[in-house]
Amino acid sequence: MVDLSGVLEQLKSRFGERSWDYSEYHKNQRLVVAADLCFSVLEFLKKTCGFDMLIDVTCVDYLHYRGAKDRFGLVYIVLNTVTGQRLIVRAFLNEPELKIPSVVPLWEGANWLEREVFDMYGIEFTGHPDLRRILLPDEFVGFPLRKDYPLRGRGERHNFERITRGEG
Amino acid sequence: MEIEVPENVALTKLDWLASWCRKNSLWPMPFATACCGIELMATGASRHDVARFGAEVFRFSPRQCDLMIVAGRVVMKMLPVLQRIWLQMPEPKWCISMGACASTGGIFDTYSVVQGIDRFIPVDMYVPGCPPRPEQLIQAIIDLQDKIQREGSFLGNEFITDARQQPKRALQELELGQVPRSLPIIGGKA
Repeated sequence: MVDLSGVLEQLKSRFGERSWDYSEYHKNQRLVVAADLCFSVLEFLKKTCGFDMLIDVTCVDYLHYRGAKDRFGLVYIVLNTVTGQRLIVRAFLNEPELKIPSVVPLWEGANWLEREVFDMYGIEFTGHPDLRRILLPDEFVGFPLRKDYPLRGRGERHNFERITRGEG
Repeated sequence: MEIEVPENVALTKLDWLASWCRKNSLWPMPFATACCGIELMATGASRHDVARFGAEVFRFSPRQCDLMIVAGRVVMKMLPVLQRIWLQMPEPKWCISMGACASTGGIFDTYSVVQGIDRFIPVDMYVPGCPPRPEQLIQAIIDLQDKIQREGSFLGNEFITDARQQPKRALQELELGQVPRSLPIIGGKA
């Protein structure tokens, strides 16, 4: 675990105390920011603090989760490849405002990661150059990793033509 | 009436002869999508040597195959591909559903995994197991050979009987409305 106090000081002087929530758990260093601040924090982390690599973008659905206040929790994991500092940046979103600025302008690698989050959770990344489904078929309706989506689906796995022996 | 048959001449039925030729040179199309594919490779390799049964010529073009071995789970997005490959194979052709996932969906009872390929394409042999051992696959090939010999015909008439066009039991349940069909049909025939 590499010390992050310098980065945290820089962030504090730039963004003040607003929506400021840093914690450590099992050597994970986590920073929760407000959704509207998320892009500027990540931009600051990249351009000023040297977090040049985006490890992952993913999402958690906290529906029915014990003690959870918000519905969706976005996760950005960033790495400074020079100092070895890692930081997990979280931002929470609630329906109906499931929009957040895309970080593709900062890290090109976010392109497919954000498409996957959009595919599975339906979160719209504004400014994304090509926000289409990436894993599921284009015709698919719904977002299957949301907790209110039935595990066995809504019958889409049975919606195919049947080929009989004589047709083959 | 007695017919004089010269030496080196055998009399048989054309259907029997055609089936005998076909069953001993099955050319598999390996549709291997998961761990069953590894067992399928082991079946083709030297230790188990499926060449002993004349089925060693794995071809990756469906146009050159007459036995499709579906080894592994098939997801919604892959099923139209599977159907297209099946339709591209020339007649006569057969299909082995290898392993629990291809036959029933296996442990993957989720929104995206097809619960048995026999719902959407015809299947001749099912191999149980997760994954099946090569011996089991070889047994299925032997059983399929018996089936081809037993009911095969020169013109492939056995494929167009009414009984062969009926859906499997699971599919009949599907059409009775036990499974919702509210969404538009994805993919379709190639």
